Amino acid sequence: MPVSAPNSQIIYDALKALGIRLLSVLPETWLVHLVTLAEEDPEMILVRLAKEEEGVGISAGAHLAGVKSALLMQNHGLLASVNGIVSLAQLYRIPLLMLVSHRGGFGEEHPWQTEGGGVTEHVLDALRIPYLFLDSPEHVAPRLRQASALAEASLKPVALLLGRSLMWED
Amino acid sequence: MLRVDALRAIYPELSRCIVVTNMGFAPAELFSLGHQQGFFYLWHSMGLASSVGLGIALSRPELQVVVIDGDGSLLMNLGSLTTLARYRPANLVHVVFDNEVLLSVGRSFTTATATGTDLAAMATAAGVPRTATCRTEDELARAFAGALAARELSTLVAKVDPVGPASYFIDLHYLESRFQFQRYLRQLRPAASEGGPD
Repeated sequence: MPVSAPNSQIIYDALKALGIRLLSVLPETWLVHLVTLAEEDPEMILVRLAKEEEGVGISAGAHLAGVKSALLMQNHGLLASVNGIVSLAQLYRIPLLMLVSHRGGFGEEHPWQTEGGGVTEHVLDALRIPYLFLDSPEHVAPRLRQASALAEASLKPVALLLGRSLMWED
Repeated sequence: MLRVDALRAIYPELSRCIVVTNMGFAPAELFSLGHQQGFFYLWHSMGLASSVGLGIALSRPELQVVVIDGDGSLLMNLGSLTTLARYRPANLVHVVFDNEVLLSVGRSFTTATATGTDLAAMATAAGVPRTATCRTEDELARAFAGALAARELSTLVAKVDPVGPASYFIDLHYLESRFQFQRYLRQLRPAASEGGPD
């Protein structure tokens, strides 16, 4: 499977270095290695979701309870989570850290991913959610640190878009 | 059974728990019985009370968490029952007040529980190990005390009349509630695992 195992490990290590102790996830192809790493890590509380919006609630609960968390999902999961992001994370000032695989961009071969790929950044802009792309391994640790710092300073959601060149070995 | 009477029947135990409510009239009724620092009222974010409760329960296994939910709210996040059941936190009791309507919209639009949807049966089918449907204050009080004593994930559906208070208003801004609740959970933290500032 051409999902990048080394880059998935770099992302996982960066999450651990940030002190993330709870990860809620809805698996998708690009995230398989990350989910496996979390499953095999006895220090990580992994919550496998039925739908991504649940993860917004779970991260809010974890934050109020004093545990650092992140929500890992596909961009279509971000689209499915919008009310939770607005009515919980933004309304209640929750520093929600979202890692979003950006399907449907340049290089995408699956037609069904392309509509979501085309609107993801516009939706983030409309929601006034700051985001950066992670496109190369060198981006990962510093941008994750910056995203986490901004989320916690602003008490608002922040997103990192996992790009194809990072996640997929074409 | 009135929801406020049902809440009153379990209030002595609730007041010692970490409680997350859904939106609508239930938080106003709980607040009217007496606010506690461990109560968090989730205005809006319809459906997510059970997810917030799960996040707290998994993060802090030493706390007893109670989620106050409603039929309309739970129907909006039914998948949450399967996620609760998958992780089965022993420190979470999920109480669903089922009045069979979307009461807070001002006219009694029925939910699917009015036409046969059985939320306790759905929780059982999702894998929640302990479920019950309660029709009186005594039944609920017994089931609630039993669930706390059993230390087992429980979904208790309390069938209540479609009646609420005159107003949603509670004299606690949602952000004040949020920061107060977070501070209280921090103070309850065992000294050994003291975290940094926010």
